[in-house]
Amino acid sequence: MSRFDSYDHLLRQGALDRRGFGKLAAMLGAGASLGALWPSMAGAQEEPKKGGDLAIGITGGATTDTLNPLPSTSSLHAATNFMWGNCLVEYGSDGSAVPELAESWEPSPDAKTWKFNIRKGVTFHDGKELTAEDVVWSLNLHRGENTESGAAGYMTSVTDVKADGTHAVIITLDSGNADLPYLLTDYHLLIMPKDSELTAGIGTGPYKITEYDPGVRVFGELNENYFKPGRGNCATVELLAINDPAARTAALQTGQINVMERADPKTVELLSRAPGIAIHRAAGGGHYPLLMRCDTAPFDNVDFRLGLKYAADREDIVDKVLRGLGKVGNDHPIPSGDPFFAKNLEQRVYDPDKAKFHMKKAGYGGEAIPLSTSDAAFSGAVDTAVLYQQHAAKAGITIDVIREPADGYWNDVWMKKPFSVSYWGGRPTADLMLTVAYKSDAAWNDTFWRRPGFDKILLEARAELDPAKRTEMYAELQAMIRDDGGALIPMFNDFVDAAVDTVKNFELSPQYGLAGMRAPERVWMEG
Amino acid sequence: MPDLARLIGKRLLLGLLTLFAVSVLVFIGTELLPGDLAEVILGQTATPEAVAAIRAKLNLGDPAVLRYWRWFSGVLVGDFGNSLASGRPIVTVLLPRLQATLFLAATAAVIAVPLAIALGLLSALWRDRTFDKTTSAATLAAISMPEFFIGYLLVYVFAVQLGWFPAISRISPSAGFGQKLWAIALPALTLTLVTTGHMMRMTRAAVVQVLSAPYIEMAELKGTPRRAIIFRHALPNAIGPIANVVVLNLAFLVVGVILVEVVFVYPGMGQLMVDAVSKRDIPLIQACAIVFAITYVGLNMLADIVSILANPRLRHPR
Repeated sequence: MSRFDSYDHLLRQGALDRRGFGKLAAMLGAGASLGALWPSMAGAQEEPKKGGDLAIGITGGATTDTLNPLPSTSSLHAATNFMWGNCLVEYGSDGSAVPELAESWEPSPDAKTWKFNIRKGVTFHDGKELTAEDVVWSLNLHRGENTESGAAGYMTSVTDVKADGTHAVIITLDSGNADLPYLLTDYHLLIMPKDSELTAGIGTGPYKITEYDPGVRVFGELNENYFKPGRGNCATVELLAINDPAARTAALQTGQINVMERADPKTVELLSRAPGIAIHRAAGGGHYPLLMRCDTAPFDNVDFRLGLKYAADREDIVDKVLRGLGKVGNDHPIPSGDPFFAKNLEQRVYDPDKAKFHMKKAGYGGEAIPLSTSDAAFSGAVDTAVLYQQHAAKAGITIDVIREPADGYWNDVWMKKPFSVSYWGGRPTADLMLTVAYKSDAAWNDTFWRRPGFDKILLEARAELDPAKRTEMYAELQAMIRDDGGALIPMFNDFVDAAVDTVKNFELSPQYGLAGMRAPERVWMEG
Repeated sequence: MPDLARLIGKRLLLGLLTLFAVSVLVFIGTELLPGDLAEVILGQTATPEAVAAIRAKLNLGDPAVLRYWRWFSGVLVGDFGNSLASGRPIVTVLLPRLQATLFLAATAAVIAVPLAIALGLLSALWRDRTFDKTTSAATLAAISMPEFFIGYLLVYVFAVQLGWFPAISRISPSAGFGQKLWAIALPALTLTLVTTGHMMRMTRAAVVQVLSAPYIEMAELKGTPRRAIIFRHALPNAIGPIANVVVLNLAFLVVGVILVEVVFVYPGMGQLMVDAVSKRDIPLIQACAIVFAITYVGLNMLADIVSILANPRLRHPR
């Protein structure tokens, strides 16, 4: 504790940069010091400037929105949440778990019981001081059968949350999980004053929401008492809901906004040449799988799946669909920037001969294979399917591209049709990604691939506190999915945002675009 | 004119029946869409428990007839209910959007209607001359382009290149009237370009038809000045068809501008209804549909009344 305070002190004096701080924090806090595995990208940081009005054009606004953080799904929701609220832990820009409202944490040796020490002297916007009670109440909103929380899926592993004195919270899990601090960085899990109105937008965050017009704008004024040094630098922050990419671009070019979330890949090259505009590109964990249902013929045959996997020219898809703003995938969901990425696993490449070989072995006779797609999955999903159709044709495979209605795609196509194009947003940890989509009993096991051996290693890796052993285990899991699983993952997308170049300290995050959806608190404006 | 009063009364009754039918059809249509509010709100993150929790909270599991009746009985006493998705009263959600839409529609109409009628009259007057042909070509070109394309074109020229007008139409509540007009200049211009062609051509056609009637020839032979022929003899007899096409375009300005709203990020009714439909927020969808239907029914009634007033034969049916 006192050790921790002294580092905080160094940070305040600028003697330690934030990345170094994050690493130390992770090493001190969690046994799993992921931060230590990341290459240090530390550079000299400039002193933040105060003031200025930041206006961000952002996607995902709708008239039906509220400030309630529980059902949040879109970029606008996440960025709004981080304007007025904080989590116990922050997902650092280098991928480490940085103390936020929790100033440190200690796991039990089996990683089942965790103690989080709550920061002292932090006040909510309504003047109330943060205590363990507020944390317990806020986290419990996401538990239980009737919760509407988007984080409910992984909060089910939490069996108990209780206060330990006024400034510590004990969280108990049903099985060991070395990644718990990462789970607590989720943008749903904001800490609010006990028994407060969920739609009030009252938290400990850098900006107080003073105007809220759903689907139009969110306006916040600086919280003068914000507890993080060097964060929350602008006088006001405004989020403008602009769903049309051309309108966002024009607004940025004409100075109506300073930052645009999601630059249009089709025009980003042109935009980057415009004077005074900077492109911010971050590699992330979001990926675009072609899902095969392993419980449905003919996809229940591993050779059939391998044949289809070899029939994709991944480079071509990344070039044409993502305009090069992404990376090729290796048929498993762990991005190359993840500390547990299997570096020694060979990259699968386009090989029509191998594809033919496996398809023949599976008894394929040239019949049309329907592939369901829609731009509801992601912008470019239809193009991806058509490109893949061309690649597969060279291997003698006939793909029948079926354009499904965009409306209701997630209800009627995803996890229903035997072969479909889909999207997965990145997850903060390898464990979480593998758990939500590949564990046998996962609600979103969208390839219906069930292997008890996989589940066993996954659970062991989750509770393993030794990073070297964990790395080995995760490599094995990635190989299993790559060679046996039902997902053809041709690509990972980059997060591409644009801003005027007077917006400084746009810290990229491997988790989300817009500086991890935390641009409002991270950036400062020059001049 | 008791006849006119009776006619309006009859029209109003029919209008109410139309509104009822619209609300039933929209309700059925929304029911037929895949997924309900709970599934749509949660999207890819839906778990069966969370879906069930939202359904129970909002009584989405009740039979459709019962839910419709609940909504309908509320409307009968002037209560449009609350938005299912946000919980806010429909009226507070809808009113600012309706205001914004009407403001944009009115601005566009004030420019487009006189412009179109004047151009139409002049074209009819100078039929087949250079003016007529140029106007025809220009307005046809404008209506042939999709409105979002015109919008992007105007943004490129007047916002990005020249910097005269804003690219997106943000209106803060405290802005003055002049500032508001400035903010919506480009969308209003877009809508003017989209609607002028139709109204202008119909005006021209109607006036040309009247001008070929024998009584106009008579007037000409009598030596009546050209101006008097147009305004005293021709125009009153062309008002019926002109009023109809003007009304059709006015209705379009209120209910059909979703693309323009998206391009200029203008918070109007179109975007509201699209959001409501994509969230399956039935009370909000119904309210939007009713407002749109009232616009159509009301404006069409207005067109009929204007036609009747302008035509003595309809005013005094034998």
